[in-house]
Amino acid sequence: MTALATSEPLAATRPLVEMRDVSIAFGGIKAVDGVSIDLYPGEVVGLLGHNGAGKSTLIKILSGAYAADHGEIRVNGEPVHLTSPRDAKRCGIETIYQTLALADNVDAAANIFLGREKLTPWGTLDDHAMEAEARKVMGRLNPHFRRFKEPVKALSGGQRQSVAIARAIHFDARVLIMDEPTAALGPAETQQVGELVKQLKQEGIGIFLISHDIHDVFDLADRIHVMKNGKLVGTARVSDVTKDEVLGMIILGKCPPGAVPGPGAAA
Amino acid sequence: MAEPSTTLSPASSPEAPAGRRAGIGDALRALELDTRMVGMIGALAVVWIGFDILTGGAFLTPRNLWNLSVQTASIAVMATGMVLVIVTRNIDLSVGSILGFTGMVVGVLQARILPEIWGFDHPLTWVVAVMAATAVGGAVGALQGAVIAYLGVSSFIVTLGGLLVWRGAAWWVTTGQTVAPMDGLFKRLGGGFEGAIGAGPSWAVGIAAILLSVAAILMTRRRRAGFGFPVRPLWAEGVVILLVAAAIAGAVMVVNSYPLPIPVVRRMMEAQGTSQLLATDGGLPFVAHGFAIPVLIALAVGVGVTFLSRRTRFGRYVFAIGGNPEAAELSGINTKRVLVMVFGLMGALCGLSACIATARLNAATNANGTLDELYVIAAAIIGGTSMAGGVGTILGAMLGAMVMQSLQSGMVLLGVDAPMQNIVVGLVLVAAVYVDTLYRRGLK
Repeated sequence: MTALATSEPLAATRPLVEMRDVSIAFGGIKAVDGVSIDLYPGEVVGLLGHNGAGKSTLIKILSGAYAADHGEIRVNGEPVHLTSPRDAKRCGIETIYQTLALADNVDAAANIFLGREKLTPWGTLDDHAMEAEARKVMGRLNPHFRRFKEPVKALSGGQRQSVAIARAIHFDARVLIMDEPTAALGPAETQQVGELVKQLKQEGIGIFLISHDIHDVFDLADRIHVMKNGKLVGTARVSDVTKDEVLGMIILGKCPPGAVPGPGAAA
Repeated sequence: MAEPSTTLSPASSPEAPAGRRAGIGDALRALELDTRMVGMIGALAVVWIGFDILTGGAFLTPRNLWNLSVQTASIAVMATGMVLVIVTRNIDLSVGSILGFTGMVVGVLQARILPEIWGFDHPLTWVVAVMAATAVGGAVGALQGAVIAYLGVSSFIVTLGGLLVWRGAAWWVTTGQTVAPMDGLFKRLGGGFEGAIGAGPSWAVGIAAILLSVAAILMTRRRRAGFGFPVRPLWAEGVVILLVAAAIAGAVMVVNSYPLPIPVVRRMMEAQGTSQLLATDGGLPFVAHGFAIPVLIALAVGVGVTFLSRRTRFGRYVFAIGGNPEAAELSGINTKRVLVMVFGLMGALCGLSACIATARLNAATNANGTLDELYVIAAAIIGGTSMAGGVGTILGAMLGAMVMQSLQSGMVLLGVDAPMQNIVVGLVLVAAVYVDTLYRRGLK
C-alpha cells in the first residue's frame, strides 16, 4: 500500500501501529476486507464510516477482542499476535469502548483496575491502594467526582465515561482507541474529552478516534481513514480535504484528489 | 417515641450535626450498616418471635435453636457456593445429586475400602473421607463448569443433565444399597452430642472470633485513615464492635445452655472415672453441648467464601462477570477459567455438605440430598442474590438458609403437615423476591 505517503512529515518516525491487509469474516460476510491503516506517535487518526462499515470490528481486532482471519499487525515495527484483550494491553493498546464496557455492579476503582488489580503482600485485593489511585486519576479527569463507594451504574453518563477513560489512560497506554467517545455526552463534557485528547497527544500517545460525527473528527484528528462495506475507501490529511469531500467518501465511496484511495474506493 | 433517643444520640456523637430531628438518621448512616442485611435479620427475628408465641415458648429454646443450627448447616454450606454461581448469571441444579453421589463415594470409602487397609476407627479415616469428598465433588463441578464455559452449553441444561446423571451415579456406586454405619470420628461431623465441642472450647471459639472481628475492623479503619479516606466516627465504630461481640457471645451462651442428656453425662463421668463423685454428690453436673461441629464447619465455610468473594481477584472477577460479562472479557479476564473455578468450588462444597449429611444420618443412601438444589437456590435468593447476576452476599444466603429452616422447624413444632410446609416455604420464596424487587426499585 502507498497510503503511507500521506504521512510525509512524520515519515522519519516509525509508525506506532500498522495493520496490513487485515480481514475478518462472520458467517461468510466480510466485515473487514483487506484493510491497511497506520498510526504514528502523537497523532490522532479518525476512523470514519457508516454504521456497519466495519470500523468497530477493525478496532476490536486491534484491541484483541476478535482475532483477524488474515493480515498482519505491527506495534513499533514488531509483528504481534493479538488473541485476547490481555495481549493488546500488554502491547500498550488501550480501548475505550462505545458501550464503555464497565461492570455496573462494582465501584469506580474496581472498574479502573479490573483485570489488573493491585494486591497486598498477602495476595489479597488492596482496595485502599486502588481507591487512592482511582481518586488521583479521577481527580485529573473529573475533579468534582466524589462517588467512589457507589457501583458505577449509579453514576451519570459523563461520570461513567470518565471512569472508562481513567481505566484506559492509567496504565501508560501508547495507543488509545476511542470508539464514539462523546456519543453519550453533553457539550461541556464533549469539550472536556477534546481537551484530554489534545493533552494525550502531546504526551506522544497515538489515538484512533472512531466516530460518525465528522465535526468532532475534523476538530481533533490529524488524518482520517474512511471505511465503507468493510473496505478502506481512502486516507487523507484533514488539511487536504473538505468536510463535503469526506462525506462523499463515507456515503459514495468517492475518493477526492486530496486523498490516497484504498481498495474500497469507487471507480 | 423517638424523642428520648434523638436527644441521646447527638450527645454520644460529637460529630453529629445540630439538627435534632435528623439525629437517628445520621446515627444510622454513620454506622454504615447494610440496610438490606438489617432487614434480613429483622425478618428472621419476626419469624422466630412469631413461632415462639404461636408454640407457647417452644421455639426460642436453646435446644430448638441448637437443632436449627445443625439442620441448617448442610444447606448453608452449599448456599455459599450457589451465591457465586448465581452471581455469574448461572444456575446449578445438580447440587443435590452431587451431594448424593459424593455421599455414596464417601460412605463406601470409609465403611468398606479404608477399613480393609487400616482397620476400623482409624484416626485418619475421617480426614481421608473429607478430602476425597471435596476432591470428587470439586472434580464433578469443574467438569460441568468446563462444559458450560468451553462448550457453551447453558448451565441450566448442563446441571439439569447433571441432576439426573449424578443421582444415577449415586445408585451405581452400590447398586442402590445403603452403606452404614459411618466411622466413629467421621460421625461427629454431623452433630449430635458426640459432634458438639462443649462449653469451654465454645467460649474459646467465640472469644477468638470476637478478637479477630475487632482486629479486622480496626485494621480497615487504620488503613483508610492512612490514605486520608473518610472513616466512621469513633462512637459508631464502637457500636459496630459491640454489636458483633454481642452477637457472637449470645450465640455461645445459647449453645452453652443446652445440656447434654443425663444418661450421656453419666456415661461420660463413668468413663472418666469420676463416678465416685457421683456417689457422694448424687446430682449430675450440667454439661453443655456447645457449638455443633457441622455448624462450625458452615461458619468457617461462610467466612472463607466471603473472604474469597471480597478480598481476592477471583471474587472480584466473579462479580465483574455477573455485572457485565462482555466488559469482564474485554478487561482481559479469563472468564471461562473463572466459571470452571466457580462450578468446581460449588462441587467441592457439595462434597463437604455430603460429609455433614452422611455423618448426620450415619448412613450413605443414594437418595441423600434429593431436592436440596431447590432449598439451596431458595436460600441464596431469599438471602438477596439477584437472578440477574452481579449481586449477592454469602452472609445473606446463610441467613436465607436459616430463615427457611426456621419456617420448616417452626411448622413442625406447630404440627403443620408436610404438604402445607412446602406450600408455605414456596410462597415465602416468591414473597421474599417480590419484597426484594420493591426494595431495589426504591433504591433507584
